Order: sequence, then C-alpha cells, then structure tokens
Amino acid sequence: MKYIDEYRDASNARRIADEIRRVTTGPHAIMEVCGGQTHAIVKFGIDELLPPAIELIHGPGCPVCVTPVELIDKAIAIARQPDAVFCSFGDMLRVPGSRDDLFRAKASGADVRIVYSPLDALNLAKNNPGKQVVFFAVGFETTAPANALAVFQAHQSNIENFSILCSHVLVPPAMEAILSSPDCRVNGFLAAGHVCTIMGYTEYEPLAKKYNVPIVVTGFEPLDILHGVLLCVRQLEEGRAEVENQYARSVSREGNRHAQRLIETVYQIAPRGWRGIGTIARSGLALRPPFDRYDAERRFDVSEIVAHESEDCISGLVLRGVKKPRECPAFGTRCTPDHPLGAPMVSGEGACAAYYRYKQSEPAVLAGPCA
Amino acid sequence: MNGQTPESLSCPLPLPQDEQITMIHGGGGTAMHRLIERVFKSQFDNDLLRQDHDAAVFAVDGTRFAFTTDSFVIQPLVFPGGDIGSLAVYGTVNDLAMAGARPLYLSAGFIVEAGLPTQVLSDIVASMQRAAEASNIQIVTGDTKVVEHGHGDGVFINTAGIGVIEHGRVIAPRSIQPGDAVLVSGDLGRHGIAVMAVREGLEFETTLTSDCAPLAAPVLALLRENVAIRCLRDLTRGGLTSAVNEIAAASGRAVHLRESAIPVRDDVRGACELLGLDPLAVANEGRFVAIVDHSDADRALDTLRGHAVDTTPAVIGEVLDSSPARVTIESRIGSVRILDMPSGEQLPRIC
Repeated sequence: MKYIDEYRDASNARRIADEIRRVTTGPHAIMEVCGGQTHAIVKFGIDELLPPAIELIHGPGCPVCVTPVELIDKAIAIARQPDAVFCSFGDMLRVPGSRDDLFRAKASGADVRIVYSPLDALNLAKNNPGKQVVFFAVGFETTAPANALAVFQAHQSNIENFSILCSHVLVPPAMEAILSSPDCRVNGFLAAGHVCTIMGYTEYEPLAKKYNVPIVVTGFEPLDILHGVLLCVRQLEEGRAEVENQYARSVSREGNRHAQRLIETVYQIAPRGWRGIGTIARSGLALRPPFDRYDAERRFDVSEIVAHESEDCISGLVLRGVKKPRECPAFGTRCTPDHPLGAPMVSGEGACAAYYRYKQSEPAVLAGPCA
Repeated sequence: MNGQTPESLSCPLPLPQDEQITMIHGGGGTAMHRLIERVFKSQFDNDLLRQDHDAAVFAVDGTRFAFTTDSFVIQPLVFPGGDIGSLAVYGTVNDLAMAGARPLYLSAGFIVEAGLPTQVLSDIVASMQRAAEASNIQIVTGDTKVVEHGHGDGVFINTAGIGVIEHGRVIAPRSIQPGDAVLVSGDLGRHGIAVMAVREGLEFETTLTSDCAPLAAPVLALLRENVAIRCLRDLTRGGLTSAVNEIAAASGRAVHLRESAIPVRDDVRGACELLGLDPLAVANEGRFVAIVDHSDADRALDTLRGHAVDTTPAVIGEVLDSSPARVTIESRIGSVRILDMPSGEQLPRIC
C-alpha cells in the first residue's frame, strides 16, 4: 500500500537500526512525545532493534490519557441531561471518570454517540433542533483546527443547539514542564509529527536552545521512528542540540498557516489540567469570545462537579517519563485494558496499554470461545 | 509544572467490574469471554459445554452430531454483500462447519419490532431461503415474537442448527500439535469495515462488500481431500486475533503468526489505518482459520483456492513446541510481539 508499505520495509528498518548501533556510544534517554509513536514503537517492536544504550521514554502525548478526570465527569453529567446528545471519538468512551465512564452512561440510557469528525456532531445538531448536541473536543494541536472549524461554522450559521466540551492541550508547554522538572531524565525528543504538520516547529527552537536538548520532528511509521532516533542520536553523539525535521514529507517549519489562523480565531491560550500531572500554565486552549457561547461547560452548568481521584495509579510518573509502565505494581494485575486504573491503560495510544498489548511477559488469562 | 507533587499524581479508583452490561461485553474480546465464564458457563456447566467449541459435538446411536445456536443483531439490516437474513443462516452453518459437520437443519426465531415494514421482513426471509439453498440445508422450524416500537432494532434473528459428522477426525483445539500449520481461508476484515462504512456513513474510494459466505462446502472439501485438519474456527467478532487466542488458550499451545503473510486487502488496510483499527481484530463472516498437519498445508491451500474465486487462502503461521499458551506475531519489520486478545469492541481512535 503506497505511503505505508515503504515505511514498514524490514530490510530498510534493519539498515537504519544497524546505523544507529554503529553511531551510538550512549547512554541516551529519548522521549517520543506522541502516543501514536508509543503505539507504533511497541506494536512493531522498534525498541527491540535499538542498542541497550538507547532508552525510549514514553511521553505525555496521548490526548485520551491526559484529559482530566473532571472533564470526564462533566462529560458524563452532560450526557445524562434530558435531550442531550453527547458525541465523542470512540476511545474516550472507556476512560474512567470518578465513578463512571461514558460507556456505562450509555448503557444506562444516556444518548452517547461515536462520531468520526466534529462536523458529524454539527450536522447532528442541524438535523435535531430539539436536542442539545455536545462534542467532546479532546486532543492536541492536531485536532484543534477541525474542532475550531465546527464551532466557527456553528457561529456563522447561528446554530444554537451545538456546543463543545473543550479539553485541548498544547505540546510545547508539556515538553517544557518535563524538561524543567528536577527528575527529568530526557536528553532528546522525538517531537510529534502530526502536531508539527499543523503548528510547524519554530516554537521548539527556543526549547532546544534553552535546555540544550535535540528535538527531531518525527513521523509515525516504523522507518520514520527509527530515522528520528538516528537523527537524535547523531546530535547527542556530536554534542549538538537543534531542531531537525525527519517528517519533511508532511511538516514545514511554518506549519499550516490556515489551520493556525483558525485556532487563533476560535481559541485563546488557557491554563489546563493534565490528568496525572496537574495544571500546566498556558498549556491548553479555551474558546474565546464570541465563540465561548459554544462552551458546553457554560451551557450545562457543570462547574460544581468535583472529581475524585485515588492514589492507586502512577500514571503521572509514566506520562512524564519518570517510570516505565512495568514499574507500576498494579501493571498487568490490578490494572489491565479491561480493568484500567488509569488513563494510560485505557487508550490504545496509552503507554501502559501499549506495553500490556505488546510487551507483557505473560499472556492474559483467557476464557473459552463463544459460538 | 504547577499543581500536584509527583507523589500525589494519581488516577481514579477502578470502576466496579461488570456491574452492568455495556456494549464492550458483545465485542468478542476478553470482556465477553469473562461474561460467558462467570454468568453462563458457571451455571450451565457440563461436559459438552466444556468442549469450548463453536458447536457441541455428541453421539446418538454411534452417529456423531454437531449442534449450535447464534443470534444476529446488526445495523444496518442490509449491507454491501449481505443482510441480516443471509448472515443468520451462514453464521450458524459456519459454526457447524467448524466442528467438521455437514449442516442438516436450521431453526429460525424472529423478534420483530412493531413498525417494521412487512416487505423488509419478507425480503430478509427470502434472503434466508436463498442462503439455506446455497448451504444445502433446510429451515425446518421457527418462532416469531413482536415487541413494541422502540424496544428492538427492526428485527433480531436467532438460528440454531444441527449437522452430522461423517468422518473420524476430532476437530477441536485439543487436537493441535507442535509444527502444525495455521491457515486462513481468505483475506480478512471486509465484513467489519463494509458494515461500519454503511452504518457510520463513511465513504471510501472503493466499495467494500462483506465477506459473508457459507463455509461448509470448503470444509467438507478439505475433509474429502483427507487433509489432516486439527482445528477450525470461523472468524467473527474479534477477528483473527480473538479466534487464534481462543485456540491457544483452549489447546494450551503457543501459536506464532507472520504479519506479512496474513492477507488483508489494501482498501481494508487503508480504512483501518484511517480509523485506528486493527484489521486482525475486525469482524469477518465468511472466513475461517484452519490448523492442519504441516505436510498437508499446500494441499489445503490448493483445495481452498479451487473452491471460491474471491478468497486468497494463506499459511500465516505455525503451532510452536513451547509454552505458555500465547499468540505471538512477527511484525513487518521483523521483530516479535504478543498478539493479545482484544478487550472488546474496537473503538476508532482520536487521531
């Protein structure tokens, strides 16, 4: 399949892995920022091809994982309102809130629907004027433009029964939070290619300089990731700390100006809570006037909801790269994809789920078949 | 970073498990298996149920029979390449075939929602009759109930079937041996993607049709050719991943697959890439996995190729002489990982 198979070629993968081994003296700890990259690394066994001197650390870039529990609780409360239709991407439905998840809310009668685009939710609002249609606007800079477009179109068309529950987060502030943390072990980054497709990579240049850390904008296919690692290792071995673009087939330095303008028109920078990490200043997007009339938190008065969190899960440490999933005492026993304690075990892109799926040492206990 | 200290970073308490049924319990993954174990098998426990097979196999006066049942709830009722009626016939016929049986008779139970146009029901029943003729079986008994409008999804169909086993092989997970070859009868994932495309209004560049088809004829052909079949399983919900994990768990054997050998059409792969789904865990309705003696693998492929024009059978792996009983897969770039049982319904990813 064109544009896929050439980036999954076994002989080329071996060739790049050999070159990585040749140039590495190490040790180097490289963080892949994006959950999609984490998923690819464990799914394709990319880390097995790397020399022991290179440690891949999984970053906070899973939008499902970092959505704060308060917003899950608010989503469930909104979904249970009469005449509300709550729309979400599929993988948000299993993320546990304080007491429930959206799947269970749906099972007990809430109108929760899986959509593939925020514009699907907007169309649902147009076609159901008697309902209040809410879209769960989750994600990094990657999903922000499409969600902004839905709000913009609602505003232009004066559609009053549509709103979004806004949970957008921004990557550079999270990287800076990791780099400025006293327990930071990261000395190189693979930046998230899809995010940079939208935003370009100029905002990473001050980070690379300030913290003396190489940052390689990297794609999501196995060869992309291996190549990103190679570029990062070369910089580390040569003592350089620059921003390099491995994903040039998709990313330009300036990014997608049109998408950026859309984001700037509809959103403003805001502090944002990250699940398992806490609040990071200027790390999120919130609707700006006049678009804030499409803010579901205002429309449904869910500001009083207080989330309940336990002390059972070390997801914050995993999301910041301080701990590996298998270092959690609950990993694979009390915490599994079927029975997640924390968000990184829920999402397919979460580091814990990726480790559980592809790298656990023992298989899951299986029951018999069904006809 | 503001806010909490690392020591206080935490996630919510676990949710009580299986307190109520959710859609995940119908997805063919671990949640469904857990439900079957805890709710059904613990109560219905008996020797036949413990066979862990697609159909119960028993003997009457020296003749072996296979008996099975399945229920069909699908939206839309009609999809590219099939409909709920043909699915209800093929699903049960295929479960009988997976026990190595020649299907004989089917029952059909209908739960119809008030308001369903009679013509829709009539078309579904006509489709069932055509599927029955194609499968060389008869639908000999049935039942109809009507529920109030809003209490159904148009129509639900239950079918049960009985078939006769006319050979001496024990086709079951416990029969598989180290070194056996693992085959699939054709390309994977078409049914799940075709249904999802219609249900969700997704438009792909090519028009995918379901793989929905009867499987008794190719299985009986393998038996006629005296292929040493150890185990068969049709690939329905949970796809290849679920089926092979079930076989590994029931047999106590490790199974190793090669991703590059598994046939998946480009349009299915493309749709899965777009949606963040794994084609190996997507539902099929006309495909099966066969574990056969390795010396018979080529003959099995030839037989399957001669039997249908739109399938691409392939040897995709082998049974290992090792423990534990798990499934591993060699990725396209040459590394090995565990192919775990899916949790439940696959969900399209955010990005």
